[in-house]
Amino acid sequence: MTTIYKKSKGLQNNELHYCPGCGHGIIHKLIAEVMVEMDAVGTTIGVCPVGCSVFAGNYFACDMVEAAHGRAPAVATAIKRTHPNQPVFTYQGDGDLASIGAAEIVHAAMRGEKFTTIFVNNAIYGMTGGQMAPTTLIGQRATTAPSGRTKEQAGMPMRVAEMLATLDGLVYAERVCVTDIPHLNKAKKAIKRAFEKQMAGEGFTFVEILASCPTNWGMDTLEANKWLMENMASYYPLGVIKETEVR
Amino acid sequence: MKREIWKGSEAIAEAAIRAGCRGFFGYPITPQNEIPEYMSHKMPQAGGVFVQAESEVAAINMVYGASSSGIRAMTSSSSPGVSLKQEGISYMVGAQLPAVIVNVMRGGPGLGSIQPAQGDYFQATRGGGNGDYRTPVLAPANLQETVDLMQEAFDIADQYRIPVMFLADGLIGQMMEPIVWNEHQQRTLSEKTWAASGRGDRAHNNFITSLFIDASSCEAENANLSAKYAEIEKNECRWEELLLEDAEVVLVAYGTPARIAQTVAEKLRKQGIKAGVFRPITLWPFPYSRLKEIAAMDSTKIFLDIEMSTGQMLDDVNLAVAERKPVRFYGRSGGMIPTVAEVEKAARDAYREVK
Ligand SMILES: Cc1ncc(C[n+]2csc(CCOP(=O)(O)OP(=O)(O)O)c2C)c(N)n1
Ligand code: SF4
Repeated sequence: MTTIYKKSKGLQNNELHYCPGCGHGIIHKLIAEVMVEMDAVGTTIGVCPVGCSVFAGNYFACDMVEAAHGRAPAVATAIKRTHPNQPVFTYQGDGDLASIGAAEIVHAAMRGEKFTTIFVNNAIYGMTGGQMAPTTLIGQRATTAPSGRTKEQAGMPMRVAEMLATLDGLVYAERVCVTDIPHLNKAKKAIKRAFEKQMAGEGFTFVEILASCPTNWGMDTLEANKWLMENMASYYPLGVIKETEVR
Repeated sequence: MKREIWKGSEAIAEAAIRAGCRGFFGYPITPQNEIPEYMSHKMPQAGGVFVQAESEVAAINMVYGASSSGIRAMTSSSSPGVSLKQEGISYMVGAQLPAVIVNVMRGGPGLGSIQPAQGDYFQATRGGGNGDYRTPVLAPANLQETVDLMQEAFDIADQYRIPVMFLADGLIGQMMEPIVWNEHQQRTLSEKTWAASGRGDRAHNNFITSLFIDASSCEAENANLSAKYAEIEKNECRWEELLLEDAEVVLVAYGTPARIAQTVAEKLRKQGIKAGVFRPITLWPFPYSRLKEIAAMDSTKIFLDIEMSTGQMLDDVNLAVAERKPVRFYGRSGGMIPTVAEVEKAARDAYREVK
């Protein structure tokens, strides 16, 4: 019998704690596969956030550092500067990156830090139980926006990839999603591209991944993926947002 | 050995580089700007990394990252900036990461003044971040001691895997004094096998974290940390005594006020008043036992605690003396520096009470 599918060697053999249908597990697998394909499990240093993926260090097989809420880009800055020849990535949720850690990500991008950020946008705070994030859509309900987010009360949702793309230090930004196999393949390609450009020393690379949080959206898995494609993908357009020529 | 004239802040920076610091991350704030300025110039020459962070919050988290990956790292700031670093300090204690944090204290609270003060004693010794934790606090009183203690600061940090606070006041940062660059014997330290520097052929990945989500494992971790704090209390307590053998008035002070206290004690001695000085060098661990012994001496009649704050170390002095002898206080705050005449008067007043 030939094995056509198995757990990536870039992951440890631990059971994931994520809810059924959650995007995090799928995204972990993609990053792990990229590390293996690049033969980089032994050299990569990852930084995990505060949020549902706070335990990512128990899942990835590479060395990992757990950062304070929002501070992963600062932590990764120092790791990459002191280990310039090793791949470094941060893995961050939207509350972590776009809210409390907005300054850290903006300045890491501005400085053109040569690491990769994997930004998981599920339009909500997962771990703390579904509060509004800077990425929550207009009309979307959250525990702190019980009748749905309004522009008047909370402003418009933040398009992080586009915002960071205005900074010269960012050399690659792509937005992908993980709702089905074709999109999953695209997502993996984007992650690999980001790692390769990082290792080529070009600058800061950023992959925003639209992912579902069925638990806090109050939907089942299929419904959640459908909602994501219909609502999130229209406000947060998929595709390459910026890619600079190699200097 | 050659004596050289150095400015305090620059001496702190140079001493850190000589102690093997290879990562400096900071954000400007008076009165310690010469430290990042010096580092920006000299750290790359030493093969290290300098980053001017976007904030103190980012700076301490850069230290967290550099330390995680196995190198000696430090940051420096002054009072309001150190407040912002408290999140990172708590995380570093929790994740058991070594580092040196320099606080060149200025007047407070809030934006306060930019003159020398000691109002951050509570924050430094009690911890301004969340959770049960301790950080060793070293408080030099002159530039020679400042540069000598820097090697110790990094060694203590590495030996116990804990951030060490280097607590100076603005005067130490700004003054110029002759120093000798002594050869230091580095402690024998174990390799940083815990560092997240790339897994290589290791059987397991290293995961640096301060999260112990299950309450019982979090409590167990606190027990581990407490055992470490107890070791530090046993091994690392430092102080200096001056003219104490038969002293009736014991002046207690750290940092700059200790130098004023020394001048006052020597002056009073010449006038027939038996005065001496007790100077804690580590504020945590605080030298309670030695101060307790001094309080028990028959010759000791009264203590005078002198600070550039409204009385923070005073709590520790009171704890140590435990009402065995009276304790009086003289302090200036907000950036005002006590004069020799003021302290002398306070010492005479105290002496009069017990004579
Ligand atoms: C300083 C600080 N503030 C708040 C929290 C509480 N907190 C934990 S996770 C989280 C939200 C995380 O949401 P997100 O980044 O979107 O990640 P997700 O859980 O959705 O994957 C918050 C606010 C914290 N741990 N630390
Ligand atoms: S709460 Fe949402 S983001 Fe968190 S694990 Fe569950 S589905 Fe995933």
